Amino acid sequence: MRSLEATKSSAAAWRFHVEDTWWRRHQMALTPFILLAPAAIVFSIFVIWPIFSSISLSLHDWDGIKPPRFVGLDNYRELAGDHVFWTAIRNNVAWLVCFMLAPVFGLAVALFLNQNVIGIRFVKSMFFFPFVISQVVVGLVFSWFLNAQFGLLTTILASFHLPPLALLEDEHLATFAVIAAGLWPQSAYCMILYLTGLTAMNPEVIEAARMDGAKGWDLLWNIVLPQLRPATFIAIVVSVVGALRSFDLVAIMTLGGPYNSSSVLAYYMYEQTFLSFRYGYGAAIATVLFFLMDIYIAFFLWRMLKAERA
Amino acid sequence: MFPTPIQKAGATTRMLYYIALPVSVVFWLLPLFAVALTSLRSIEDLNRGNFWGWPTKIEFVTNYTAVFTQSPMGQFILNSVIITLPAVAGALALSCMAGYALAKYPFAGNTFVFSVFIAGNFVPFQILMIPVRSLMIDVIPIYDTYWALIIFHIAFQTGFCTLFMRNFIKQLPDALIESGRLEGLGELTIFWHIILPLVRPAIAALAVLVFTFIWNDYFWSLVLVQSDDVRPVTAGLQSLKGMWLASWQLISAGSIVAALPPVAVFFLMQKHFISGLTLGATKG
Repeated sequence: MRSLEATKSSAAAWRFHVEDTWWRRHQMALTPFILLAPAAIVFSIFVIWPIFSSISLSLHDWDGIKPPRFVGLDNYRELAGDHVFWTAIRNNVAWLVCFMLAPVFGLAVALFLNQNVIGIRFVKSMFFFPFVISQVVVGLVFSWFLNAQFGLLTTILASFHLPPLALLEDEHLATFAVIAAGLWPQSAYCMILYLTGLTAMNPEVIEAARMDGAKGWDLLWNIVLPQLRPATFIAIVVSVVGALRSFDLVAIMTLGGPYNSSSVLAYYMYEQTFLSFRYGYGAAIATVLFFLMDIYIAFFLWRMLKAERA
Repeated sequence: MFPTPIQKAGATTRMLYYIALPVSVVFWLLPLFAVALTSLRSIEDLNRGNFWGWPTKIEFVTNYTAVFTQSPMGQFILNSVIITLPAVAGALALSCMAGYALAKYPFAGNTFVFSVFIAGNFVPFQILMIPVRSLMIDVIPIYDTYWALIIFHIAFQTGFCTLFMRNFIKQLPDALIESGRLEGLGELTIFWHIILPLVRPAIAALAVLVFTFIWNDYFWSLVLVQSDDVRPVTAGLQSLKGMWLASWQLISAGSIVAALPPVAVFFLMQKHFISGLTLGATKG
């Protein structure tokens, strides 16, 4: 605050000498735009414009080299009959549904850890660990954990005299094995959100409910959860975004295989663009993903702006 | 407090809780312990099939030296540093300015611009992939240089950071700015000398958070660069997996090395990290 006082007094000393320049008269109106300009420019060039460019590209046939050729809705018509595309959509839905477990796991762990005992801070950081490390590392760790020849899962099964389970090579199970890997860091994230929510909760309300005889599930469901609603909201939003964006783990663990059975829109789009050189088709897949995500963006914006007005 | 403090529970429950805590940590981090242990194994151990038992010989020095001498891992780490630090600084600078403009100036279109920043931040970034890559190959020739990743990360993270900054600055009292104006301070002076010192906690929280986001990015490392000279550690690690094939002790050691910087940052600045991540988890 001392520096603030110094600034003020030095400013006060010269304010009467300042001429009534054009800038001084207009600075109130101009300043927000000057401050906003750099962010707005880079954001427009690298985030906003590419969205429209991709949507327009999805109406073209392009191999990345020759000039793009306009084909109307052909790419979308082809998508409708592309069974890998539908597999990817189904897998994205599976990601979405399974990722709703992350807030549940996160809440469970948060309730387990919300105690004041020695070393609990350390335990909390340990539980948060998976979220801090890169998904590439998570993917490597899990693909190795699940390796059918020598993975720990096989070792555990063998100790019960069970045959090995080749999860990542199984057409029906590969997606779920990848999702399991994704749930690990995602649950850690949700746990932190809930721990913060639990700490910030009004203890008097809980005590009052206890006085009235509420306890256990009843207390959790009727008193605690409603107070945790902001944490739940954020946990669901980030889990939805995480599920729809899932790319890293698929790329590391299965490359969308076996036979494209574990592909998701984000990965299939990448594959079509850079491995099959079908830029227009890839853009069409990205556009579908974008519109799916838009539903959630609209919901989030609506809620956020509503909360602001209230 | 919910659940009931364990101190009020019976002796047995308390005992069980104290046992359950460390056991649950071990289970939760089991895959990581396995990797850490494997990074210490000798190649003979792996050939003999000793993947999960205790290593017969601790080869810490051999394996970790091999990671740096037999692969460009050192270069990858350096690349990640060269890309991440300026990108974090850039995103923070732009979002402090934009966040202040959006929080304290009620100009026409304010809400619209703010909504665009929020929305852009949730966009699935695959939809940006082809145009951004083409732009960096054809128009601004920075494809396959550090700049490609630095500039893209600045642009993309600016959305999230602006949302965060705007909400943080919104809570600062308007009286601070008004008194500055009454003193005859210029608008930019107010921003520089009054607002910026007050947003330091938000800057710290964002810096830590965005550092991990950018360091851990894999997708753009794959799309915007291709040579080992500029490739960050995430994409580098994946490319080494192909080179090392079954040398799991090296892959594990490499993974640990790649994961260390964000982990170190997290442990050193845990308070800031969590306050950044949980913004909005208690209200709104």
